[in-house]
Amino acid sequence: MTAWRATKAVTRPAFVTFDVDGQAMTAPDGEPLSTALAAAGLLGLRHSPRNGAPRGAFCHMGVCQECVVTVDGRTVQACLTPVRAGLAVRLGGAIP
Amino acid sequence: VIRKADLLVLGAGPAGCHAALAGAEAGLDVVLLDEQDTAGGQGWRAPLAGLGMARKGADALAGDAMRQRLARSGIECRFGRRVWSVGGRFRLDAMGPDGAEAFEAERLIAATGAHERVVPFPGWTLPGVIGLAGATVLLKAQAVLPGKRVVVAGAGPLLFAVAAGIIAKGGEVAAIADMDGRLAWMKRLPGLARRLDLLREGLGWSLSILGARVPLLAGHGIRRALGENQLETVVIGPVDGAGAPVGGAERTFDCDALAIGHGLVPGGEAPKILRAAHVFDRQRGGWVPTRDAYGRCSIAGLYACGDGAGIAGARPSAAAGTLAGLAAAHDAGRLNQASFAALAEPAIQQLSAYRPFAAAVTEAMALRGAQVAAIPPETVVCRCEDVTRAEIDAAVDAGATDINQMKHFTRCGMGPCQGRMCGDIAAELVAQRRGVGREAVGFWTQRVPLRPVALDQLLGRFDYADIPIPPPAPL
Repeated sequence: MTAWRATKAVTRPAFVTFDVDGQAMTAPDGEPLSTALAAAGLLGLRHSPRNGAPRGAFCHMGVCQECVVTVDGRTVQACLTPVRAGLAVRLGGAIP
Repeated sequence: VIRKADLLVLGAGPAGCHAALAGAEAGLDVVLLDEQDTAGGQGWRAPLAGLGMARKGADALAGDAMRQRLARSGIECRFGRRVWSVGGRFRLDAMGPDGAEAFEAERLIAATGAHERVVPFPGWTLPGVIGLAGATVLLKAQAVLPGKRVVVAGAGPLLFAVAAGIIAKGGEVAAIADMDGRLAWMKRLPGLARRLDLLREGLGWSLSILGARVPLLAGHGIRRALGENQLETVVIGPVDGAGAPVGGAERTFDCDALAIGHGLVPGGEAPKILRAAHVFDRQRGGWVPTRDAYGRCSIAGLYACGDGAGIAGARPSAAAGTLAGLAAAHDAGRLNQASFAALAEPAIQQLSAYRPFAAAVTEAMALRGAQVAAIPPETVVCRCEDVTRAEIDAAVDAGATDINQMKHFTRCGMGPCQGRMCGDIAAELVAQRRGVGREAVGFWTQRVPLRPVALDQLLGRFDYADIPIPPPAPL
């Protein structure tokens, strides 16, 4: 899937650049990181610890913990983390 | 430093904000806490800062009005706070942007809202499958569509709100699968007609869905979702009124997103961790704290209101919040009986006016036992720990009698979501396997931390020399 940003009668904050596993990426300042990753086509964010099955953002409201990633060295929920310029995001393996 | 107040309100959705406002207007020193950065909860969530949308819905406008009242109120708002401990009579511990914080008051109003229930099916863990409520957040607060081609499925009015929202923003809905047949909705019509404004909103969604010629499969559920590393296809088949799959043609839809939800589960962690009395109420989403008409729980000084105390919807939650705030002020001696009764009367009237509508909606959103009974054995139920239905059944067969024993046997509910996503389904599976009611299998024993918190953040910065050494005990 690719989530996408509606354009019909919508204005957004300026796009900022951040880093995901070494790749530069852009998204509107303050957009939840989970949304920004989905809009870039990055759906699988980690693997489940027991089965190693691909997982991605599920509840989008801070409950399910499926979208956990590493940002600037900290384990965070992507859906509760606003995109800011210069974030260093690492996917996969945040929950061992 | 512990911030002492007259009243702590946990959760700044419609219920919590109205509770805080009622308490503060009666003269209480109120602290209002929420995990999000702005008030509104999920239903009345504020759009992202800097996001401009030409047309605002009724929920956004109601949320704006509430946020303006709050801004004028002088209530101390502690937003962006993750409350990880509730204890004592009463103390909250929170993690905020500036580190650890603690709050104490003789009164606590729990208004922690609800989270979504998704009854598991094969493939529901694939990236690209998201909750209906999550889709609502994307659409309304972020103006983002979940996919290029979206299947919307599950039960309750949120289905049509999400489908219509996608169409309004120029997206494509591949299909809508509603577990309810048309007859079920016809039967609910008298209750829904008691709120003509909301019924009209629902009819507006239906018209836009009709206009977009989206296949509407009434009386259908998701059989399975398929894909390699992410969702590619869903298979939909007929179900009966109780949610059980029945014979008939299955239909396959290619899609890159599936928004699915089967109602809401009250997230009442504060009354649970304080060990207040609870009762199981299927219509209102599951286990809810026992309360009087004003929201007083079985523990003196503890109140619960909103969807976290039983699913009712945003507007009834606002009225219930007002009542809880007034009750707290009355119990604290700030309102005499006469002014308490006079101030409470309009909220009581509103609550009873909403009741038939809310009952019709919550009926559609209640857990369907036959749907749970039909979960295939190899389907993952606990997403965090990859525990399957077969493993839960095996634990019951091996002697687990309640949900906590089953957890110890299997690790189901032991992962980072702390059993929030699977708890209602896991308990239903244990009850069905044992052939007993939900009362007999209980709910997870709530413990701190209520949410994951990083230990280094909790401790803050300190030097070894700064650790106070207590004087040694006399010999």
